[in-house]
Amino acid sequence: MVNSGGARMIEVGAALASHTFTINRGLLKAYADASGDQNPIHQNEEFALSVGLPNVIAHGMLTMALVGKFVTDWAGGSSHVTHFGARFIKPVIVPANTDVDLTVSAVISAVEDGTLTLDLTATSAGVKVLGMAKAVVKK
Amino acid sequence: MLNPDSVGRTFEGANSITVTQSEIDAFCAVIGETNTTVAPPTFSIRISLEQSQSILSDPSIGLDWTRLVHGDQKFEIFSPIKGGDTFTCSSTIESYRVAAGNEIVTVRSDLKSGSEVALSSWSTLVVRA
Repeated sequence: MVNSGGARMIEVGAALASHTFTINRGLLKAYADASGDQNPIHQNEEFALSVGLPNVIAHGMLTMALVGKFVTDWAGGSSHVTHFGARFIKPVIVPANTDVDLTVSAVISAVEDGTLTLDLTATSAGVKVLGMAKAVVKK
Repeated sequence: MLNPDSVGRTFEGANSITVTQSEIDAFCAVIGETNTTVAPPTFSIRISLEQSQSILSDPSIGLDWTRLVHGDQKFEIFSPIKGGDTFTCSSTIESYRVAAGNEIVTVRSDLKSGSEVALSSWSTLVVRA
């Protein structure tokens, strides 16, 4: 069952309470190991700079996994999500020895028979990192 | 460049994959999920991208996996993944276009348990010029 905390009413336009996750190099290494994505742009600063990136960047799929956690916490667990999609528009930049934020918020954009659609916003250091981020969850 | 004949084709993976509970536990631990009875919504990327890469690495398909950037990602989950589930994977090149010299390819991966699709995912991949 959907946890209504943050959204006063389950209705179109209701906003959920935002949540901030912390991302650092340690988390990137942990995600690389858990996901199998060992691309050096997510771990090796020298390599990231050599391919024209501003610094090490987070895996887009780590960002999406954390946004997914925001959704499933609200929706009442992982089994409630039926659709989840996002566009990777800007990287989450993760300098060494630094905690960066991933701040997630959402608005209910549709209420249908048995499902709700959330329009999600994710920013890091004030920059929007995901576009067209949406999830459909079972009520 | 992608071989135009590849667009719209579905390629079947040769092997089945069994998800272990410890893989789900490890993925959950990274994002702070304590309920590990079903996999988080994005867990299947662990299976589907690797499978797509192996299924679509045949040189006749013409996709260069060494220069890929992930453009967007979408999941449709019919049945949440649990530890011990076994799947076969098929990959379909759904769309292809070239913009400013970059190749933009959308690959759909279906994870099937028997004849039932448990999860479909769409990865838009950009091969940088």
